[in-house]
Amino acid sequence: MAQRAQPLGAGIRAGAVVAALVLLLTLGTLGAVFARAEGVVALGPGDWAALRFTLVQATLSAAFSVVLAIPVARALARRAFFGRSALVTLLGAPFILPVIVAILGLLAVFGRNGLLNQGLQILGVAPLSIYGLQGVVLAHVFFNLPLATRLILQGWQSIPAERFRLAASLGFGARDVNRWLERPMLRTVLPGAFVVIFVVCLTSFAVALTLGGGPGATTVELAIYQAFRFEFDLGRAALLSLVQFALSALAAVLAVWVAVPAFGGAGLDRVPQRWDAGGLACRSADTLWITLAALFLILPLWMVVARGLPAIPQLPTSVLTAAIRSLLVAVSSAFLMLGLALPLAIARVQLGRGPAGAALEVTGALSIAASPLVIGTGLFIVIFPLTDPVALALPVTALVNAVMSLPFAMRVLVPALREAEAAYGRLADSLGMSGLARLRLLVLPRLRRPIGFATGLAAALSMGDLGVIALFADPAQATLPLQLYRLMAAYQMDQAAGAALLLLALSLLLFWIFDRGGRGHAAT
Amino acid sequence: MLRLEALHLTQGDYTLTADLSIESGARVAVIGPSGAGKSTLLDLIAGFQMPDSGRVLWNGQDLAPIPPGARPVSLIFQDNNLFPHLTVAQNVGLGLRPDLKLDAAAKKAVLRSLERVGLAGLGGRKPAQLSGGQRGRVALARVLLRARPLLLLDEPFAALGPALRSEMLMLVGDLAAETGATMLMVSHDPRDAAAMADQTITVFGGRVDPPRDTATLLSDPPPALRGYLG
Repeated sequence: MAQRAQPLGAGIRAGAVVAALVLLLTLGTLGAVFARAEGVVALGPGDWAALRFTLVQATLSAAFSVVLAIPVARALARRAFFGRSALVTLLGAPFILPVIVAILGLLAVFGRNGLLNQGLQILGVAPLSIYGLQGVVLAHVFFNLPLATRLILQGWQSIPAERFRLAASLGFGARDVNRWLERPMLRTVLPGAFVVIFVVCLTSFAVALTLGGGPGATTVELAIYQAFRFEFDLGRAALLSLVQFALSALAAVLAVWVAVPAFGGAGLDRVPQRWDAGGLACRSADTLWITLAALFLILPLWMVVARGLPAIPQLPTSVLTAAIRSLLVAVSSAFLMLGLALPLAIARVQLGRGPAGAALEVTGALSIAASPLVIGTGLFIVIFPLTDPVALALPVTALVNAVMSLPFAMRVLVPALREAEAAYGRLADSLGMSGLARLRLLVLPRLRRPIGFATGLAAALSMGDLGVIALFADPAQATLPLQLYRLMAAYQMDQAAGAALLLLALSLLLFWIFDRGGRGHAAT
Repeated sequence: MLRLEALHLTQGDYTLTADLSIESGARVAVIGPSGAGKSTLLDLIAGFQMPDSGRVLWNGQDLAPIPPGARPVSLIFQDNNLFPHLTVAQNVGLGLRPDLKLDAAAKKAVLRSLERVGLAGLGGRKPAQLSGGQRGRVALARVLLRARPLLLLDEPFAALGPALRSEMLMLVGDLAAETGATMLMVSHDPRDAAAMADQTITVFGGRVDPPRDTATLLSDPPPALRGYLG
């Protein structure tokens, strides 16, 4: 096609700079870790155990999440009930829920003195332990069951309502509908959902840090942290980084091989009329699944709120200063992310199809499989000869968090920008709008909503992040999640509950403010 | 004078060829079935597409190196002629400066052109607060302000009802006459050609024929056009 020969515009150049920066942070840091590693070290038995555990827990977590999500999604797909849309919204919440807060809630329900074990004690059954493999998988299912449910629900809603009418007119029962409509849909949706969750669980750090540990339940990420923080064994950290990178590459291949579903989220509100699911058994099963899923999600969060509220007035200054520090990091991280995502998205859309555009696409998605611990270790090694890395703990955290939320932002921004360019790009071209004028008068106003959403997501993710900060910070610089972790480690559970509620509230508040800012006085 | 010199464009199995001239100040309709290449022809003149071979010349100057915004061209699209997030005055002002940094004289010029199209006092509104006809007038106010010698319209005002549409087309004709602009209007409706254009270009299957007198063409259409008109 003989498109106008466009000179390499400022947009594409800025995008290339950002892409280079992202590559440097994700791949360059890996190189830095390597350069510092002294001698070739072989993987020890502990490292092999970590690799095995990482794969086993990710497989189990993904399998449980997906299998349990099927009946929940089916129930949501065919039942309209009071509170349904609230529940669907709640299914999106774990995404911006700080991991450490959820873990505290899970401990309150499934922990040694939690609700479940109290119940078991009354029945005279031996208590269950939340630590180790089962705890790690439980926490991952808590986070990913909602995601799986949403993805599968999307699949259900992609079946046109007319198909169900046709099925009814042919006299299909629930079993026939399942066979001819639902199973074919599940076959296309489930592999993607499984892969997404498997990939997310491969880089699990905070969950393994709090509920795992020890020889039997250490992930590769956790092993990197331990090699770096406790042994300062860079050779081992480097080798483990390579293992983690190989895992990420495996994940990337899987994601390309299996079509990974997009997080659409649109139109989950409607329930098509169904004629095949009216039976009593069917109705009670759906009710049971919805109730169980709702309890599983709400109870831990409720416990955080219930235990945290009384502790809020007595929160120590250390928690409050940590909260202020976290807010600063989160807001800077959100704007930093936007500064990276916008040029990348603009260049991506301008380049269109072709190898250069595809390369940018991959770069933008790279950090979804990259390990923040590897990036952090690499940055530490690079910064160490220049200045005290601990002094830079907060800026580095903001930067790494920004890069980690880049893939999610790109998923929202690129389609929106493409749409804006399709609708108004020619008009802008015909008026000679380019460079900053185009950014100011076309891109920013048209992308206000997705920008608000993406920055809100980035701010909330950064607010709750317990990853790279754990590598760098000394006690004087703890962010709120790290402070919360320390309180938990010191068994100061009352203060921890208060801090967790504060963290939860601040994360949701940040997301809400940014998202709201994007919606403000509907400017269409 | 607009000259399309041995223009040739291939896209997949579709080929567009054109070799013709249009006098300055002429009003020309471009008619033909959809998919024949009417819009592609306009894209080539506006600079959104580049020909594989041949040249687009305006008063003897080759337009090839000139980007769309700098060509001597004003455009009216089928839709999306206004940015919905900008006010009426801003949308018109973009015709003067693409970065909207307008001085007092420029702002006055914006007000004058809004007055000319009958939208005095509506400069502060957003497009969503206007009727379809008013939105069309805003686009015309910008065309007036840009004062480019070549006005290209791609099935303009398609969303308007017939009465409003012909009213808008009358206004376009008046404005073109005022500024002495050469006008090229793509339409699938031969009545537009009859009402607006002294000359008509037909496009069939990628072949662009030179302009002919509209009245003679429509009264004695060649076979392809006869088939299209039905």
